[in-house]
Amino acid sequence: MDAFFDWFRWLYDETGINLTFIYDAFDRARLVNGFWTTIWLSAVCLVLSVIIGVVGAWLQGSRLKWTRRIVQGYIQFFRNTPPLVQLYFFYFALGSLMPKVQNDWGGYEPMLGNFAWAVISLSFFAGSFNVEIFRSGIEAVPTSTIEAAESLGYTRLKAYIHIVLPLAFRVCLPALNNNLVNLVKTTTLAFAIAVPEMLYVSSQIWSDNVNVREMMTFLLIAYVGLVGVLVWAMNRWERAIKIPGYGSQ
Amino acid sequence: MFRRNRKRRRPRMNPRHELAVLLPIRPLKANASNADRKFDHLPVARLRAVHLLWLFLIFSASALAAGAQTGAVKPSIAKTILAWTPLLLKGFGFNILISFMSMAIGTVIGSVLGVLQISLLPPVRLASRFLTQFFRNSPWLVLLFYCMFMLPFEITIGELRIPFPDWIKAVIGLSLPVMANVAEIVRGAVNSIPSGQWEASESLAFTRRQQIWLIIMPQCYKRMLPPWMNLYAILTMATVLASIVGVEEVMTLAGQVLAAEGRPELLVPIYSFVLVWFFAYCYPIARWTIRLERKFALNI
Repeated sequence: MDAFFDWFRWLYDETGINLTFIYDAFDRARLVNGFWTTIWLSAVCLVLSVIIGVVGAWLQGSRLKWTRRIVQGYIQFFRNTPPLVQLYFFYFALGSLMPKVQNDWGGYEPMLGNFAWAVISLSFFAGSFNVEIFRSGIEAVPTSTIEAAESLGYTRLKAYIHIVLPLAFRVCLPALNNNLVNLVKTTTLAFAIAVPEMLYVSSQIWSDNVNVREMMTFLLIAYVGLVGVLVWAMNRWERAIKIPGYGSQ
Repeated sequence: MFRRNRKRRRPRMNPRHELAVLLPIRPLKANASNADRKFDHLPVARLRAVHLLWLFLIFSASALAAGAQTGAVKPSIAKTILAWTPLLLKGFGFNILISFMSMAIGTVIGSVLGVLQISLLPPVRLASRFLTQFFRNSPWLVLLFYCMFMLPFEITIGELRIPFPDWIKAVIGLSLPVMANVAEIVRGAVNSIPSGQWEASESLAFTRRQQIWLIIMPQCYKRMLPPWMNLYAILTMATVLASIVGVEEVMTLAGQVLAAEGRPELLVPIYSFVLVWFFAYCYPIARWTIRLERKFALNI
């Protein structure tokens, strides 16, 4: 392994291509941490946004007019405002209103840190898209199926969980995947509130080592690779649980 | 959100193994009453009726709540915001300018890339497809950073010096993902044209170029318009990213206003003010897109 690292040190001496994040142990640890933070942030947001989508789609089918209206207002608001401003709004504006709690060292700090706010903001943003996606899937389930479930004694909630959702999920998986891929790309915004994800860590590395060019190229390739793997896996899953004879191809 | 319009094909109903329990996905609302549908034809009326009113109420409530905490010495929140509005509006106008320019550049290059993707020459097709996928799969912010740091601050060609200010770099950085998405929209639209159109025009002895320009493309414009508008709304929302790299647009100005005032109670009102501006600009576009989508939708 040392020979491998030394080769990159040699590369720097010979060509000036300074890949500190490979041969320097400190930078390497930073970048690996940043990578895992990106993954962790994406995973948490992904799960939360899907939950928001499922619950929101259920509420949107509610019989109460005002429930539908509030959900609709939430969707439209989060879809039509910039995610970055939402993030700022959550972190700086709402974060400043939060009560402070005492930490282990006796100092006071805000109740929710920047990571928590990034999770909240990005989940709500992606969730607003997921609600619409799940709704389109639910609409594809015919009323006769729901009526059949009703006649078998299912309540509205039980029919939703056991009958409607599994069918709807398979129909709307392609759209859902697109949104989740976008969510992973949107996690870079957490840079703005100093969440130590990959972009933020890279910016620290390039300000320490003045190797902007190498870091930027690496970042671009890393993100394209990450998203590429995700797209590939999702497409396989899509093909595996696709309803036969439905949709294109 | 950027990949939503990839494939818009009619669901194929194969009589042999068709699953009869599922309906095709339709963009229509299931639980909308007739009156609601009538309202949808007037996007502005609907907007005024419900959503903007709500937003405005939330905004003024937050301003009032924050205003109640302030002492008598300082001017009220509403007055302060009103005083800064011209500056913030100027910043917002700059955002719109950036979005227009990026959209123009992205559309022109993206259309070319999209047509190249349906080229009959495999190297051209593969190269343009790779380019499209690469720029579509990379985050907008990373591309923006890339352009910010990689482009020189000026280009010297002989005696001529072309300066590259930050905002021009931001325009270029934002036009890259737009380009890739437009290319994908073009390809998707061309693919959605039934193959009978290609075959019929071929049998009428149209050349390949004539086929594309005279037969296929005229049918594509209608299909491309809604996703293209959708992309524009997304781009407008992405222009705030330029504030991270230091372009003086509305978010930067909002931050400066907050710093100049130094009053924490202004945080919520100012940020919601910016949010409301973007909403007021993007929401009508979204409504209009849905309307066009419905108008152009094929009746299955």
